[in-house]
Amino acid sequence: MRMKTAGLAGAAILVVAATVFAVTALMQAPPAGDGNARGGFADIGGPFTLTDKTGRTVTEADFKGKPSAIFFGFTFCPDVCPTTLYELSGAMEELGADADRMNVVFVSVDWERDGPEELERYVSAFDDRIRGLSGTKDEIERITRAYRVYYKRVPTEDGEDYTIDHSALVYLMDSDGRFFGTISYNESPEMMLGKLKRLIAEG
Amino acid sequence: MRLAAFLLAAAMLAGIIAPFVSATVAPAHAQDYTAGEIVLSDPWTRATPPGARTGGGFVTIANTGDTADRLVSASSPVAKHTEIHTMSMDDGVMRMRHLPDGIEIPAGETVALKPGSLHIMFIDLEQPIEMGTPVPVVLTFEKAGAVDVEMTVAPPGAPGPKGKAGHKAHGDQ
Repeated sequence: MRMKTAGLAGAAILVVAATVFAVTALMQAPPAGDGNARGGFADIGGPFTLTDKTGRTVTEADFKGKPSAIFFGFTFCPDVCPTTLYELSGAMEELGADADRMNVVFVSVDWERDGPEELERYVSAFDDRIRGLSGTKDEIERITRAYRVYYKRVPTEDGEDYTIDHSALVYLMDSDGRFFGTISYNESPEMMLGKLKRLIAEG
Repeated sequence: MRLAAFLLAAAMLAGIIAPFVSATVAPAHAQDYTAGEIVLSDPWTRATPPGARTGGGFVTIANTGDTADRLVSASSPVAKHTEIHTMSMDDGVMRMRHLPDGIEIPAGETVALKPGSLHIMFIDLEQPIEMGTPVPVVLTFEKAGAVDVEMTVAPPGAPGPKGKAGHKAHGDQ
């Protein structure tokens, strides 16, 4: 009897641990590989509310009808964010008018420092079709949960400042707002262009 | 007439030979800096988008000596703080960290500070970093001492010192 109880308890702990592990992995690990697999990430995306450069509210409904490429970052980011926006701008230039057939969005996860004005100034260095969107803490937590975006504030040693660890993926969503794929940081400009072309054609 | 022909021929010859001569005399790049056993090549940074508070600087560091050296600090008048950082990508998540102990440059090895990796981080920029205005940076090594370099400026987000063909520099109007 005791053995059985212990066994049951052990099994229960295992189940709980496995569930926690699976959920944590799903929450924290962004899609790996080439990001083209649709099946496993079908539940990426969903409703959100953010603010554009003019202070206007933007929701997922504003993006429907066109596929979207969404990147999450912050303006204090010296490397990955400007690099990604630069690569996106280059691809959009090559796409020409076809780039008008998608939404390209930079969402700041730094709700404390990045407001509409900061984002507007920042994205102005790149293709002017890229829209910068900001949000409150609650709004950012909502969209990052929906998109399975990992982001975490990390204080600097002096404690006065912080940097942010964040997923460095471009999320590709189809015109119905469903997950289409991702572009990861180390992909070549050619790969990025190919995926965006596919997104525009099929998404 | 003969003299003119001779001079012309000499000039042409010099023109043909010169690039090879300079290539052998200065083997790497025009913008190399040397301090002791340390050779720094291609120091570069990127123009910052308007309003950006940080920037990243890059350089390739070769240690031609027999003992390890260490890049211990960096400073620049463009920013309130200049730090040595590492960036890593784990499962698609970007993580950036200050390296308070700097970067070891092992004997006989080359360490590249480059996008998506080790970099000099300019924090709290005094003014935007702009195309055409090189950024002065002092890199201090444990053994080789302080080296003044000038970082050339590529477009915002550019992957290399020259930017990339076909990618418009949207920030430098």
